Amino acid sequence: MPFLLLRGTFAATTILLSSLSCAGELALAIEVPKLNVSEYHRPYVAVWVEREDQSVAANLSVWYDTASRKEGTKYLAELRQWWRRSGREQSFPIDGVTGPTKPTGVQQLRFTSAQKPLATLAAGKYQLVVEAARENGGREVVRIPFEWPAKGAQSLQVKGEHELGTVALNLTP
Amino acid sequence: MRAALTVLACCVPLAAQAHRAFIVPSETVLSATGWITVDAAISNDLFYFNHAPMRLDNVKVVGPDGAAVTPENVNTGKFRSTFDLNLATSGTYKVAMVNDALMAQYEGENGERKRWRGSPATLSELPANAKNLQVSQTQTRVETFVTAGKPNDAALKPTGSGLELVPVTHPNDLFAGEPATLGFTLDGKPAANLKVTVVPGASRYRNKQNETEMTTDAAGKVSVTFPDAGMYWLEASVQDDKPTVKPAKTRRASYVATFEVLPP
Repeated sequence: MPFLLLRGTFAATTILLSSLSCAGELALAIEVPKLNVSEYHRPYVAVWVEREDQSVAANLSVWYDTASRKEGTKYLAELRQWWRRSGREQSFPIDGVTGPTKPTGVQQLRFTSAQKPLATLAAGKYQLVVEAARENGGREVVRIPFEWPAKGAQSLQVKGEHELGTVALNLTP
Repeated sequence: MRAALTVLACCVPLAAQAHRAFIVPSETVLSATGWITVDAAISNDLFYFNHAPMRLDNVKVVGPDGAAVTPENVNTGKFRSTFDLNLATSGTYKVAMVNDALMAQYEGENGERKRWRGSPATLSELPANAKNLQVSQTQTRVETFVTAGKPNDAALKPTGSGLELVPVTHPNDLFAGEPATLGFTLDGKPAANLKVTVVPGASRYRNKQNETEMTTDAAGKVSVTFPDAGMYWLEASVQDDKPTVKPAKTRRASYVATFEVLPP
């Protein structure tokens, strides 16, 4: 009985704390690997949150060749899964989502439940999906299952095989 | 009714020799509006050009709004026909070669056997006094599908004549390992018990056809799971005694489509 009481208090405190400290955070570190190829182009990358039925709950980030106005969007369909699940429904650029392609190295992204798009993300089971496609190169999709909101601080990661390096997902309740 | 639908068991033993008609677009899923180019041929191997070009007289392209789109830079060579298509608006396009042919056998004035080939439009060429006239109809439809931007269904509406595909899964939404549902209609009604054959492309580089055969259910539908990404050729045909033009007494209606299946 005291144990239950304690648990209840703890849960209540957590909720209070999380709402005070402006809540859950989803931080991402996506490694764009350095590749030893004769003709290198920065990859197009899409990062999104997928529901269990594979529909898109939130588009987090999409990197494409924003410099060339028409040709840049032409190759977005190479991000095939993202294109099919979400891209083809959009018009470009997508405010707060799309941006230019990134150089090799680790790219950091940070989202909080206080702001779009996570503000409207219902509690449940999801997968973080990162898809990369490179001109004259390959295509790769990696997924990290996670629960939202996180029950505790979590560090999850997955390693790509050829187009993506380590993708790390850090969740803070 | 169902008994009248004699499904042709073609293509199985003679698959390697069969001449196959196909229309292949340069791309099937585009992010933006723009141009594509299209090849149309009749060949032994899928999808190579080694027999004859497809005649383009009866090729029609339907755009996302249901209106016709005009092919440009049309050319017919020794082995293939090509044309370009400007996908000017977002949505799904259907490229279709639709043929409606009539063949007749009859006896002339002196009882000699005569043959005639034509179409419903040229029926008047047949002599009025043709004896023992036997006319058969052949309806052929060869299709492919292309989508720029968001897919839509306006171009996919069946015409209600002959054998047609009524997709349940969108034909530009096919992924390896995922089941896709395809529906078929004959004269606008569900084509039940129809044998459907699917053959993967790149047939030159393997020793077997690797065809998959399925039969439609009572609603005229089949579920297909394409094993790998790539181009696929689908064929179905029926023979019946329900021609759409007189004085034909028998009919063969066939349907062919090319699909691109993407990696998941």
